[in-house]
This record gives sequence, structure tokens and C-alpha cells, in this order.
Amino acid sequence: MEEKNEKIIEEKINETKNIDKEANSEVKKERKLVVPGEIIVSGDDYLPGDFTRKEEGDVLASRYGLAEIRDRLVRIIPLSGTFEPRRHNTVIGIIEDITYSGWVVDIGGPYTAFLPLNECPRFVNRNNIEEFAGVGDVFNLKIWGVKKGNVDLSLKSRGLGKLQDGRIININSHKVPRVIGKEGSMINMIKDNTGVEITVGQNGRIWLSGDLEGERKAEEAISIIENESFSEGLTEKVEKFLGGKK
Amino acid sequence: MPYTKRSDGRKFDELRPMRAEVGIIPNAHGSALFAFGDTVAIAAVYGPKPLHPANKREPDRGIIRCEYSMLPFSVGERARPGPSRRSKEIGMITENALSSVVDLKRFPGTVIDVSILILQADAGTRCAGINAASMALADAGIVMRELVSSVAIGKIDDKIVMDVTKEEEDWEEGEGPTDIPFSITSNKEEIVHLQLDGNIQTKRFGEAVDSAKIACKKISEYQVKALKGEKINENG
Amino acid sequence: MGRYITPKINKKKISEVLREGKRLDGRTPFDLRDIQIETGISNKAEGSARIKIGKTEVIVGVKISTQEPYPDHDDEGTMMVGMEFSPACGLRYESGPPKMDSIEVSRVVDRGIRESGFIDWKKLCIKKGEKVWSLMIDIYCINDDGNVLDASALGVYSALKFAKLPIYDEKNDIISYGKVSKNLVPLTKNEPLSMTFYKIGDNLLFDPTRDEEDAADARLTLAVSQPNKDKIINSMQKGGLKSLSSEDLKKIVKESEKIHEKVFPDIEKKIKKLLK
Repeated sequence: MEEKNEKIIEEKINETKNIDKEANSEVKKERKLVVPGEIIVSGDDYLPGDFTRKEEGDVLASRYGLAEIRDRLVRIIPLSGTFEPRRHNTVIGIIEDITYSGWVVDIGGPYTAFLPLNECPRFVNRNNIEEFAGVGDVFNLKIWGVKKGNVDLSLKSRGLGKLQDGRIININSHKVPRVIGKEGSMINMIKDNTGVEITVGQNGRIWLSGDLEGERKAEEAISIIENESFSEGLTEKVEKFLGGKK
Repeated sequence: MPYTKRSDGRKFDELRPMRAEVGIIPNAHGSALFAFGDTVAIAAVYGPKPLHPANKREPDRGIIRCEYSMLPFSVGERARPGPSRRSKEIGMITENALSSVVDLKRFPGTVIDVSILILQADAGTRCAGINAASMALADAGIVMRELVSSVAIGKIDDKIVMDVTKEEEDWEEGEGPTDIPFSITSNKEEIVHLQLDGNIQTKRFGEAVDSAKIACKKISEYQVKALKGEKINENG
Repeated sequence: MGRYITPKINKKKISEVLREGKRLDGRTPFDLRDIQIETGISNKAEGSARIKIGKTEVIVGVKISTQEPYPDHDDEGTMMVGMEFSPACGLRYESGPPKMDSIEVSRVVDRGIRESGFIDWKKLCIKKGEKVWSLMIDIYCINDDGNVLDASALGVYSALKFAKLPIYDEKNDIISYGKVSKNLVPLTKNEPLSMTFYKIGDNLLFDPTRDEEDAADARLTLAVSQPNKDKIINSMQKGGLKSLSSEDLKKIVKESEKIHEKVFPDIEKKIKKLLK
């Protein structure tokens, strides 16, 4: 279980290097809440990044979220919205349907996701697909491809597989980097303080397993992060809630 | 008797007190409330998500599907629940209005479901609905160029008025009532929805357009404020 | 955030902790979530209410008109209750079969109100055999986080407490909608409280969240009123695919007495405040 978490944290670090960098960056960055169509900044040297566009020398928002200007790059950090599946994401999915060639999996987001039989570890009994994965079962999976309208899943990797015991909670996928924290600092703090095993899917599904009180504490800590993801002193706030650093 | 004063005392170019709030339905991806005076609409957005059945999917784009309904107790004489031809038409025009600003190519084969519910009706319901839906889409993180604002412009007798009430809609004297709902985008001021019923001289139509633009600018300010966390309630 | 199929492990966890008398949100098995009651949802309704139980939200409206009475009750008013899960609550965009049927909700709620004798039918008579008041009640679920049944019933009860008869010109048979009279809808002291109990595994609980509802196999709704000393059960309805034992029934009736004792005065207080 620990392995799974390490792996996810590792991948998260790679993906969120930008956020890590900016925490150490000496470059001035400003952030403000913007709405679609709002002019974030004007000037020819600004470059339109994620969810922004350039129109006649102005950089405009194309989505509701936090606009960030770093050097000359302007981008929007989404605060809301559906999970957007990307290749190499590790996600937590719920089996929705069984077909002759695999399973339809609910991972949230705009597309249906499919786990083919041949993306499972070798020991799956082909005559009893349901025994391996039945409707309602929960798995830690990897996205190996996203084609128009379809997400392809795989279980062929370390740390993936069926999640037994525990339970799933949901948060907005855009808050996942904050829940994990810089090099996993936030999620590790929660795990250490509550004694609960936690696996965070990049789709916003989080698996918790421990004693009831610990799980509830972890759930609440995650809720604080979700609601105040970009507030000042978030780490201290969560620390305080958990009852001090261990 | 000519229409010289509005029945509720407003100026001809004055909107009713507005209310706007975002995030009112926890289960939805995005939601909002918008009210013009006594007309109150809520909207909930779910999606983008897979469109079923698969044969309804477009290969290169997603679609917006809008359902508009009025609570049976939103009007004087109880309205029978369930879809009507009117509600279906309003659903369609709302889909068209919102589709102009949303990036539908981003997630092909998907659907964004918009559900509008009128809690209380005093004319301008489709406009209140579009205002709420526009905020709800933004709240849901939908990628969109700009916001959409909507207002019911009217010509009551020979006066162009902003934000018509039910009482004004029923004014039969002089040139009678003319209802002209507009929906306009927040930046480029493009018209994404327009209907008219009644009568208006061609040379006067431009006045209605000007009035709509001014009204929609004001409405847009409120939508933006609500999205930024301010709860707007001009009713005090 | 949108719903999904309730994972098996969630259901299992809910069942496991319930065996120890615990729940995921820290409540005890027969604890009710925070209730909020508001009125004045639509000024076009003759009565309306918005109920929040936890995050579950329901709005109810009462529209009043006149009609000819039914021949076998020619001096009594009439009532009709309808219910819909508003598309806004997202239910129809979920996968899987519908968890609760809106027709069942409307009928169960109707039964509770009707059988308790809460409405003074005879006082709703305008002219015997010819004209009576007709109450049309519509329930809309705006957000479903479990226990829509009880929220709906509470909504109807509250909306009726706030409802006033419209102004009626008897001579010309014209109702002036938009102006209510000062006359409240005639009600009695047989005030029903609806309570639905759910069975998960071998254990019972009250006021479930969505996940808990999905983990349940059977439920029993009862409407209880207390016009005098005794608590009276006015209606009951069992739902769900699995069975209830006679032990379950005994326990449910007992718990319903306790819950009624605790919860009803609080509801009365809230409504009294709004009636001022």
C-alpha cells in the first residue's frame, strides 16, 4: 500500500514541478480570480498559457479560475470543473459494466474509460471475469491512452490493482496537487497524524483505510484543503487541525 | 391612455433589483441563481460527460443540452408539471445562446447538461434562466470565451423599456406590448439570442438594441461579482 | 461533483461500522442531521417551503383553486400531491437504475398527511355538493444527499402551515391569484412527522446520506402524530427488496417515539418563528 502511495507521489511531483518551482521561485507572481472573457493583462510581450487567449494585445481568460502571471507567461489555474484525463495519470475507478473483452470503468471526467482484459496481470481467470472485477469494485489504475471520446486503462504496473477495505471519498480533481503537497508533504502529514492509509487518484477520488476516527479526521483535513486550496497559511491551518506536527 | 409611467415606478431604462449567487446546488458541477425582481431562476450544470446513446454523438464536438422548466407554483394559476412546447423552445434557444460562447470542440462526443428551473415567474423568465445558466457554466469550469447576459427589452405603447414585467406584457393600450428578449455576450457584445413578438417600427429597432446593450453590460457586472464571491441582493 | 456507482467497499464500510453503532459522519444510528426550514420560496404560491436536511434540499409549493367535490365526500376539500426529482439534482444523469421513484415519494407523503387528519377537509367546503377548495401540492428535489422522503414530507407539512387561501369572489366564482386572504388553510392538531428507517445488513438507521441509502436493502416510512397524550401511527410504507423482521418493526416503532419526542418540538419552534 505504501508503495502505491510513493509511486503516485513520485508521478505527481513530475507533473507538478511547475508548482514546486514557483514556491521556490524568486520571480514575482500575481494571482487573481478571473471569469471567462476578463482581460487579465495587457501588453504585447505577454504569452497566453493554459486557458487564456490573446486578442489584440490583451490576454483574456477562457475559463473561470485563478489567473497567474509568472514572468511573461499568463495561465489560469482551474478551481472547478471536471477531471481532464491525461496519459500516465493514476486514477481510482469504479467498475461500471462488464463486457466480453474487459470492463467499463467510471473514473469521472468527460469520457468513458475501458480496461481491456489484456491490460490485466496474467493471473485473471478469463472464464470468471466478474470474480476479478465485478460491478462496484474499486481499482487503482493507470491511463495509458486518451483518444477522442475514450480513455484506455491499464493495470500493468507496480502499485495498481484492486482496493480492498476502506472507502472512497471525492474531491475536485483540480485540488489534488494541493492535497498531495510539495513532494508529498501535505498528504504525508495527514497520513502520519491519522494513521490512515491514503491513496490519492489524480481524478479526485481518494481511498482511505484505517480506524473510523482516523478516517474522519483525514477526510476533514482533506476537506479543509479542498475549500481553501489557495489561501495563505493553508499548511499551518491543516497542521493545527491535525494537532501539531508529529 | 399613453404609457408615461411604469407600473412599478421604474424609469424606462431601469432594471428591476437583481439577485445573483453561485454554487447553490452542492451535487452539481456548477450552479447559480439569478433574479430580476420577482422572477427567480436557478440553473445547474453537469458535464462535460459521455453522451448516450452513442449515435447522438458528434465526432468533432460536444453538445449542450438544456432543459427548462417552471415550478407549478411559480405562476398564479398552477402550471402543469412536465415539458411543454414553450419549455422545449426555450430550452433550444438557450442551447443556441450558450453554444456560441462555449468551446465545444474541446471534448468531442460529450454533453454538457444545463437544467434551468424557474422558482417564481414575473416575466423575463427565459432571460433570468440564461443569466443563471451562464454563471453556472463558468462555475462548472467550462471553457468559454465570455459570459452571456440576457434581458427582456420591451416596447410598451411607444416607449422602449428595460426588463419588462408581467403587468407590462399585458398592457393593451396604444401600440400594445412588444416583447424583445436579447442575449448578448460580455466582451464582443454579440447577439446570441433574439426574439420578438408584437410590433415595432423598423426605424426604432436600433433603440431596442442600444437599450439591450446597456442593460446587458449592467447585468454582466453583477454576474462577474457573483462569480467572484459576492452575493448580490439588491432587495436589501 | 456528480455521482457515481456507490463503490462496494463504501457499502461494506457503512455496514461494518453500523454494526458497532457508528456512522461515517460521526452520528449515532438514529441521529438526524441539521434541519433548516424557510418559507416564501415563490410569492405566486399560496404556501411554500424549502427544507434542508444536511445537504438534501427540497422545495414545496401549494397552489389552491376550487373544484366540484367528489360525490362521496361532497362537503370536503381535496388534495393532490406530486413529486419530481428536478433535473437540477442530477439524479437522471447518473448511471444505474433510479434509486427512488418520484411517484412512490408523492404517494407515501400524501398518505402521511391525509391519514393523520392534518387538513380539516370539512372547513375547505365552500358550498356543499358544488364547490370546495382544492389543494395542489408539488414537491421538487433540488439536491439529493439522502432521505428525500422525510425532507419531502416535512416540506409539505411546513408549506401547509404557511399556506393561506386566495381571495375568492364566491358570487362570480373568480379567484384573485396574487392576493392571499388572511385565512390560513384550515389545519388540525393532528400534525404528522414522517420518519423513514433504513435497514443495512442486520442493523437499522435513520436519516441516511446518499451512500447510506445506497447501502440499504429495505426501508420503512411511518407518519406519527400526537394530537393528545398518545403517539399515533397514521401511515406506514415498506420499501426495498429485502425483508424486515418483527423485531425490526418493534425497534422502529420504539425509536420513532424517541425521535418524535426530540425532533418535533424543534420543528414546531422553527415554524412558529417563521409564522410571526
